Amino acid sequence: MSTCAPTPPTAANATPPLLDVRGLYKTYALPRGQKLKAVDGISLSVTHGEVLGLVGESGCGKSTLGRCLLRLTDVSAGQILFNGQDITKLPERALRPLRPHMQMVFQDSYASLNPRRRITDLLAEPLRVHPTATGQKRSSSAITARLHELMERVGLPLSALERYPHEFSGGQRQRINIARALALSPKLIVADEPVSALDVSVQAQIINLFADLQAQLGLTYVFVAHDLAVIRQISTRVAVMYLGAIMELGQTDTVLHNPAHPYTLALTQAVPQPVIGAIRPPPLRGDIPSPVSRPAGCRFHTRCPIAQPLCRAEEPALRQISTHRAVACHFPLA
Amino acid sequence: MRADMPHTSTQPLLVVQNLSVHVPAQGQLISLVENVSFTVGAQEIVGLVGESGSGKSVTAMALMGLLDSPGVRITGSARFKGQELVGMPPRLLRRLRGRDIAMIFQDPMTAFTPVYTIGWQIEEQIRAHTSLSRKQAQQRAITLLAEMGVPDPAQMAQRYPHQLSGGLRQRAMIAMALSCNPSLLIADEPTTALDVTVQAQILELVRGLRSSHGSSVLFITHDMGVVAQTCDSTLVLYSGRIAETGPTADLFAHPSHPYTAALLASIPPITGPRPAHLPTIASAPPTPHTRPVGCAFAPRCTYAHTPCTTSQPALVPISAQHAAACVLPTEGTPLPPRLGTVQTAQAHSAPHQTGTTPL
Ligand SMILES: Nc1ncnc2c1ncn2[C@@H]1O[C@H](COP(=O)(O)OP(=O)(O)O)[C@@H](O)[C@H]1O
Ligand SMILES: Nc1ncnc2c1ncn2[C@@H]1O[C@H](COP(=O)(O)OP(=O)(O)O)[C@@H](O)[C@H]1O
Ligand code: SF4
Ligand SMILES: [Mg+2]
Ligand SMILES: [Mg+2]
Repeated sequence: MSTCAPTPPTAANATPPLLDVRGLYKTYALPRGQKLKAVDGISLSVTHGEVLGLVGESGCGKSTLGRCLLRLTDVSAGQILFNGQDITKLPERALRPLRPHMQMVFQDSYASLNPRRRITDLLAEPLRVHPTATGQKRSSSAITARLHELMERVGLPLSALERYPHEFSGGQRQRINIARALALSPKLIVADEPVSALDVSVQAQIINLFADLQAQLGLTYVFVAHDLAVIRQISTRVAVMYLGAIMELGQTDTVLHNPAHPYTLALTQAVPQPVIGAIRPPPLRGDIPSPVSRPAGCRFHTRCPIAQPLCRAEEPALRQISTHRAVACHFPLA
Repeated sequence: MRADMPHTSTQPLLVVQNLSVHVPAQGQLISLVENVSFTVGAQEIVGLVGESGSGKSVTAMALMGLLDSPGVRITGSARFKGQELVGMPPRLLRRLRGRDIAMIFQDPMTAFTPVYTIGWQIEEQIRAHTSLSRKQAQQRAITLLAEMGVPDPAQMAQRYPHQLSGGLRQRAMIAMALSCNPSLLIADEPTTALDVTVQAQILELVRGLRSSHGSSVLFITHDMGVVAQTCDSTLVLYSGRIAETGPTADLFAHPSHPYTAALLASIPPITGPRPAHLPTIASAPPTPHTRPVGCAFAPRCTYAHTPCTTSQPALVPISAQHAAACVLPTEGTPLPPRLGTVQTAQAHSAPHQTGTTPL
């Protein structure tokens, strides 16, 4: 079981992190009494204004973790602190005033937009439902002004407001989803594979938009992607996940340039690069094991090129190897 | 190498010339694929790359005679081992499919029936095209699974498709496709649904088919990285037309169509300096209905000027086998070569923006 890496009490984090996750578990009950630990003991924190990338192969629990963070799903065990406040068990009614501060953007740009409603109605809805920070209801002129501002922020013409979701391309629809997430001036956005379904030629536009908004508005992101290159482009820090747990956590540049976990190294080597050069052999053999019967000991040992007997016997804890870096491996590479 | 290696003649295996596919829509014929020409040589892997909707699957389906939407019109020529595929009677095409030309897809579940074991389905495929006995076919199926890197093949053959992982299912599908020693394998996004570490394994398998089975492959993907790592030559499709074609190394070193160049530039790099902003391509590709007059890329092209919007640029040679459908080379203003095209272990750029980073 992964234990949590303690947060060092340095001057830098005298203010609480925006998000503090401690020993988080999310277990799904499957038919025939089986249990699937989609999130299996995760601890991490996200400071104000940073972009934490979550990367890992499909099924490693990225989406589940993302939904847990925003309390869109119930947590099995552990603690989530948002801005210092424990939200793990808050009932929906108590969560409601916090909702404006935490928003989500999904991979499927279409599924999250009601096809029968115009963009103006879709975007105005959260503004009508939620009062302002001072508890006031927004006037319709204030709402209109806000919608115009949002359109400009995400690079859409005002005329888009009068149209319906199906009239837009995938990239434009993702801009609309981003506008909706921004409507209530959130502190935190969890973006779950927001560019994965987009055409290659459109991905870069949306990545840039996320980066610009983050800088302009001082937003904090948890940015989920399975594409390491996308993560490298957008994130300050990265958490590499495998079968529900964090394998490595640290500064994006350090982690990707000099991986400490053999799984991180394999991921960096497996990305097919659009350049001509020596062709690399596949870094790993075999497939990801089923999360229902995950390997004992180190959960990566069945595929790890450097596994030792200790790895099969004992699970390595996520432990700090330098100031800003933690790795869950008995034999870290760095 | 196998004893029953397919033929290797000097003629390319497949010669496609001006292949076009039209479908009726709103009272007129619209083109999904327009004047696509290419060849696939013996033991060559040819990449067909383009964004979704660019016409990759339609091209493959047209070659296989699998396009059956009402009123579809396929014109041009596709000669496979000298035989014309366009207009070939369905009965003959069916015989060719599976035996001489095989196809694999993104989703192996479309190739397998859920109710029979993997092994049984491969055996059936073998028996449909050869005179092997059930026992011999069974043995051959297991051998094929082993050749495709399936561990414990005899046992795996007894599993049902849903009992295999994505990577194993893909290997099983390739085994079934190769069961009758086809000379041409058409692979339509075979790794798109896979994770990168598994994709790397399948790409290695596909690259190896050239020598292990003497196969030629038409490899369809939307991923420029996959093309660079897998294909000998490459066709870049944009809106149903060839934007650029050439040996993969030339095309990546010197992309000569602004679309290819812009697409490559927009991919976030995994090594080397990280740009503050990624170069982008404005808006989105047109649909066959909204394709503009002239160059289909013109509305998004930074170099677009009057000649681009008046008539469709022809494919012009850049070097021996490298050509681009753009007016720039003929106007004497070709694009500069691409920088950083060779894989190097470059140092990373300066660290990132924000300050405090506790764990
Ligand atoms: N509602 C659910 N019920 C049961 N299992 C689920 C559910 N949602 C996700 N899972 C399983 O949990 C694991 C993690 O899934 P997910 O969080 O979607 O991973 P990722 O986003 O990294 O692909 C997977 O094995 C998935 O099949
Ligand atoms: N049977 C069909 N009838 C009409 N249009 C089609 C048909 N199949 C595909 N198309 C259209 O043809 C274009 C090319 O599609 P396709 O070859 O599937 O693209 P790709 O495989 O490159 O993603 C798309 O615009 C698609 O909508
Ligand atoms: S023909 Fe013109 S519009 Fe088309 S790619 Fe070349 S420069 Fe751009
Ligand atoms: Mg997910
Ligand atoms: Mg397709």
